[in-house]
Amino acid sequence: MSTPATPTPTDTGTTSVTEPVTEPVTGAAASASESAQREPLPGAAENTGGDPGAKPYGAYLLGLADDAMVYAQRLGEWMTNAPQIEEDMALGNIALDLLGQARGLYPYIGSIDGTGRGEDDYAMQRDEREWRNVHLVEQERGDFADEMARLLWFSAYQVELHTGLSGSGDDVVAGVAGKALKEVRYHLDHASLWVVRLGDGTGESHRRMQAALERVLPHLPELFDDDEASVLAAGLEVGVLPSTLHDAVVARVARVVEQATLRLPDGSRWRSRGGRAGIHSRPMGSLLAEMQHIARSHPGATW
Amino acid sequence: MTTVAVESAVAETISRIPDPEVPVISISDLGILRAVEVDEQAHTVAVTITPTYSGCPAMEAIASRIVFEADRMGYAADVRTQLSPAWTTDWMSDEGRAALLRFGIAPPGAVPAGEPHGPVAVTLSRHVVACPRCGSADTTEIAHFGSTACKALRRCNACLEPFDEFKAI
Repeated sequence: MSTPATPTPTDTGTTSVTEPVTEPVTGAAASASESAQREPLPGAAENTGGDPGAKPYGAYLLGLADDAMVYAQRLGEWMTNAPQIEEDMALGNIALDLLGQARGLYPYIGSIDGTGRGEDDYAMQRDEREWRNVHLVEQERGDFADEMARLLWFSAYQVELHTGLSGSGDDVVAGVAGKALKEVRYHLDHASLWVVRLGDGTGESHRRMQAALERVLPHLPELFDDDEASVLAAGLEVGVLPSTLHDAVVARVARVVEQATLRLPDGSRWRSRGGRAGIHSRPMGSLLAEMQHIARSHPGATW
Repeated sequence: MTTVAVESAVAETISRIPDPEVPVISISDLGILRAVEVDEQAHTVAVTITPTYSGCPAMEAIASRIVFEADRMGYAADVRTQLSPAWTTDWMSDEGRAALLRFGIAPPGAVPAGEPHGPVAVTLSRHVVACPRCGSADTTEIAHFGSTACKALRRCNACLEPFDEFKAI
């Protein structure tokens, strides 16, 4: 099979990056993968509420906003846990940028999906099945190399995504993306510096950075799946077809990986699915519980 | 540079509001105050601001300060946030840059023109930033991110002082 991380001549770029050709590996990951592989996925194209009206791409924007929101929550966990205090601040600042990007989109989504919901309604009042983020961002915090591997891929993806969205036919989307682009370039720079430093560092740091690149692999293809919501948004020239971002993202990551004296891993034996349809992996439940419990325990509370 | 025309007392007061996180620079000199439209008949003022970063936590403080200052002068303020065109450090005034330098923060350099295309070498060394205290160009980046979203942390190898650098974006 082709590797999900490396462009190959057979890569059509029109569907998902890779398909599982063997049985999923054993363990918890395998059961999550199996349950997520049932087709068709419930809720694949549903809008989370209301009449789509004149701008029927709320579901697409919700996927983008939820990616940013959930990853902001995960990155925030590094505060007091990073290898050095400067990195606490760095990951906290990156989380803040992502939180801001999500906040830029949620109220707008509420205005076009007919529900009139505000940012807190989206962030704090939705159950797991209503979230549209990819599995990559909800995975538990691993070691620091795991985080840098995830941040490298996700920020490379976001650079290409927001470059495309800066030319969106929807002015609000273009505005949020144009703003975000400056930020995610800096995130990519930050992740790249760490991957090079760790990969081209000691034997131990090299080994662990390489292992992290292997572990993140199964969660990458989801970023490039053309689900129904993104096909619709791309057709309206509001969104970007995810599969069209694949080659450029891989090229960005490959340059960094090469300089880091690491190698892009071969294909994974399984891949995650279902995030954009509201089907999530085990860590999502506890992430939401931690993120939402104050807001839900005290409905309507303000300070 | 901001393009706000200061033609009334309320507009001038608003333009002088300090940034809450870097209080040596006004929101006008920082370039985040994009427009002030005063209606002297209705005693209303429409203010447009733009965030430095998407998640900048100072925006709400700035908006409420604008409403507060306008109210003190008898005006009802309507504060709007505008994302596009995205803020750039190129909008910072010369006065603002000088104020940052006096405060010990290295002002932002010129924004790199676009993003280089094709293979780009990743290096561990960064652009040259002069120390705001002794002026030495021999400085090192300590951290990619500083005390606020808009700053990075550096250290001068000549006078050994750590200092903030306002990142050019």
